[in-house]
Amino acid sequence: MRLCFQLNGRPVEIECEAADTLAELLRNHLNLTGTKVSCEVQVCGACTVLVGGLPVSSCTLLAYEVRDKNVVTIEGLAQPDGTLHPIQQAFIDDFAFQCGFCTPGMILAAKALLDENPKPSEDDVIHYMDGNICRCTGYVPIVRAIQKAAETLKESKK
Amino acid sequence: MMPLRRFQMHQPKSVKEAAEMLAHYGEKGRLYAGGTELLLAMKHDLLRYEHLVDVKTVPGLDKIEAQNSSLRIGSVATHRSIEKSPLVKERLPVMAEMTRYIANVRVRATGTLGGNIGFAEPHSDPATLLLALGAKATLQGQTGERSLAMNEIIVGAYETALAPDEILTAIEIPLPARSQRAIYLKFQIHERPVLGLALIVDVDASGNTITKAKAVVGAVSPAPCRSDKADALLVGPKDKVEKQLTDAARALADAADPVDDLEGSAEYKRHLIGVYLRRAFTQALASPLRNP
Repeated sequence: MRLCFQLNGRPVEIECEAADTLAELLRNHLNLTGTKVSCEVQVCGACTVLVGGLPVSSCTLLAYEVRDKNVVTIEGLAQPDGTLHPIQQAFIDDFAFQCGFCTPGMILAAKALLDENPKPSEDDVIHYMDGNICRCTGYVPIVRAIQKAAETLKESKK
Repeated sequence: MMPLRRFQMHQPKSVKEAAEMLAHYGEKGRLYAGGTELLLAMKHDLLRYEHLVDVKTVPGLDKIEAQNSSLRIGSVATHRSIEKSPLVKERLPVMAEMTRYIANVRVRATGTLGGNIGFAEPHSDPATLLLALGAKATLQGQTGERSLAMNEIIVGAYETALAPDEILTAIEIPLPARSQRAIYLKFQIHERPVLGLALIVDVDASGNTITKAKAVVGAVSPAPCRSDKADALLVGPKDKVEKQLTDAARALADAADPVDDLEGSAEYKRHLIGVYLRRAFTQALASPLRNP
């Protein structure tokens, strides 16, 4: 089937199979390997991307589902000059990752959270991020980074 | 990556057309309403279909509407849209609250209520609460429409009473009366609940006597379960019922007949039913009366 959608702000038109997952399309056909695949069953969150602003598991979401929608992957967050998104910067500043495999999914889930709730409490962050699993950090620096990014984003809007 | 076997996706424009497609493809086809359960099973090659019928392309099936004394939730309303719906939050807060804790944020963004019930995964949160609330599922096939209670549609693990050409179009939930308090609690350590427990009690004006009760336990066995004996033991003056909670929990556990699995032993789940029934009871009597 012919699939048309917006990917990181640019229109994409591509041929795909009904059975292709979004992660397969992104990684194998569009060479966007920032999206990681781990559990393959919507549990770990490593493959999180945003579709219409909402986080989804690209490992199991059919590419078919993004027709005419906006898709944002980790490659779409930094500015063209390479300046990182405040959430990305906060993850670096607060050591919110070690191996980094969960990080793209973490950052995109965090972006969806902050777009919806610009000033989340610690409980809000924990509830929203509950489905993104990290085996390195123990989560504390991740929660802290997200709350710091919320502050930075608030400042930048002033 | 685990690739899916190839299949064709079909986009019906009406429920009638979807029913015809299902009838036409028979065992080679399956209704697809979000895929958060179905696609996992297909990835693991536990289920094979050559045709998926995307019921989400039928207009209007995602509506959430209030009727006189009930709430009607279209079968392809996502968990997220139910969780965020001002109507659900106002009229049936227990439903919004339960939905807020289904799986994770990504599943809630794509999974649908009808898909959840239609797949009949034994650890469903909505199935347990909806049975307690007395919800009915509206089914539409090629020849007509019928309505089934939750324990009639979910008949076992991954097993429903849906005919091959039938589509679950909506869930209709009676709104609790002013005198009723509804609670849903769950215990979860992995990605699916070990136990879900719903309790609905009718409390008299004094707030001290329970005149009617319905307890449902889910996830511990193939389908959500209730017990007349347990419900009878939950009725009476508050102090008396408190003393009967252990017996009520035992009756509920006997009815549910928990299974040993990776989430815990049957004995452990029986224990949890006692703990969670007591918690639900305490919370139900402590919560303020609803003001519709």
